[in-house]
Amino acid sequence: MTREDILEELKKVLAHYTPDKETLNSIGPETDFVNDLKINSANMVDIIIEAEERYDIEIDMDSAEKIHNIGSCVDVILEKINEKK
Amino acid sequence: MSKRVVVTGLGVVAPNGVGVPAFLNAIENGVSGLKFMPHFRELNFNCQVCGIPDFQFDDLKNYLSEVAFHGLRGSTIGYAIKAAADAWMDAGNAINTGEIHWETGCVFGNSLADMEIMKRVITHVDMKQSRKLGSKVVEQLMNSGATANITGLLGIGNRVITNSAACATGSQAILMGYEYIKSGTAKRMLVGSNEYIDSYVFSAFDAMRILGRKFNDEPEKASRPMSATACGFVPGSGAAALVLEDLDFALARNATIYAEILGGATNSGGQKKGGSMTAPNSEGVIRCIDAALANAAIDPADIDLISGHLTATMADKMEIENWSKALNRRGEDFPLINSLKSMIGHCLSAAGSIESVAVILQLMHQFVHPNINLEDPNPEITDIVSVNALPTKKVNKEINIAAKANFGFGDVNACLIFSKFKK
Repeated sequence: MTREDILEELKKVLAHYTPDKETLNSIGPETDFVNDLKINSANMVDIIIEAEERYDIEIDMDSAEKIHNIGSCVDVILEKINEKK
Repeated sequence: MSKRVVVTGLGVVAPNGVGVPAFLNAIENGVSGLKFMPHFRELNFNCQVCGIPDFQFDDLKNYLSEVAFHGLRGSTIGYAIKAAADAWMDAGNAINTGEIHWETGCVFGNSLADMEIMKRVITHVDMKQSRKLGSKVVEQLMNSGATANITGLLGIGNRVITNSAACATGSQAILMGYEYIKSGTAKRMLVGSNEYIDSYVFSAFDAMRILGRKFNDEPEKASRPMSATACGFVPGSGAAALVLEDLDFALARNATIYAEILGGATNSGGQKKGGSMTAPNSEGVIRCIDAALANAAIDPADIDLISGHLTATMADKMEIENWSKALNRRGEDFPLINSLKSMIGHCLSAAGSIESVAVILQLMHQFVHPNINLEDPNPEITDIVSVNALPTKKVNKEINIAAKANFGFGDVNACLIFSKFKK
């Protein structure tokens, strides 16, 4: 599983939560969920739950707090996938 | 000159018709929306018949953004969104514009928040999986869930209220909207109510043994208001919404005007003098009707049509007697009276708004819809009013003023007076 694979999967999840489809098409590690993608911060928990289901991982609350932008989100997902191995 | 309040938009999700054209056709032709529920038979309910709108949840994608639609599950909120957005667009407005309408408010009511969502919460918690519930549960569990979705979609910025008064909820919501315009608080109000009767809510009424259980194999005959064979009410689900406007505001934007609200009243019988948690005190009902007439400044003789509460229980006879006393009209002098519940059952909180939409359509198109399943009127009722007042077929007739009332658990009454719009 590469960072690119996860980024592509993440885009599909984020499509349900961002009103800004243009920004979604050009996201990178620095893209901020709330400021750039205009995602309601309350929905961050839903994005985390969907990521958990897709990768069969568990993102505990301490790890979730590290997620600020696309880059840190991919980091946490990768970390949890690797922990599983 | 005192402000006049008119109706400029209608939306309806009813068991016998979703959308105004389908609903109008159904009420003109006496089409029943009641269906046999195989699931209710499996659950050993006494009554196995229910009114369910032919509503496709995915239809909401035509109204809501992808972000708003994702995670929305509750039927009760779905009905409300469709009815409200349809009414708003019917009045000539657009949805999802980004505008805020500071002059427009909303009163929308329901009996309880979405039971489907509540079940989801209970199941998750019992399986120790509450952390998987996500963020969109609270907004669908809260009683103001429907109102919150509607006001966000339409950009409503004036007074926003979620009301609840059992079966009087819908009529009360309309009355409150009327009053806010009348007082100058708002220029325009989106009003209405919604209800979804799932098997859990249904079971609570079934347990009270007040539902019609004798026509499970002939569902369209199960709701029989005013008949000698009335044997209890049949629950129904749905929603309806109305756009109310200050007449000058409506005229200034060249809105089409469907009808006028002349006035109304709501009160309680105090659960005294024969009134209880579940039955109305007749004195309270009569006072409510009289107060509505006085508020509308009309004479009882001016009423051409009564849209009754008339649920098909023993209370029908008492209701007829109360109308007769309040209007001081009986026998051949009693106005035409009908009960939409004969076709759609009792939609509880949604009843008042769906039935009001039916009243407005009758005023607009100048007819009186039939009471179906009334081949055998209750003799105790025909002792009070002429059988001619109980139409069993559509009547084409000049209808200028109609009274609509609903009575709810808790001994709450609400009565509205509508009229055909005349400049």
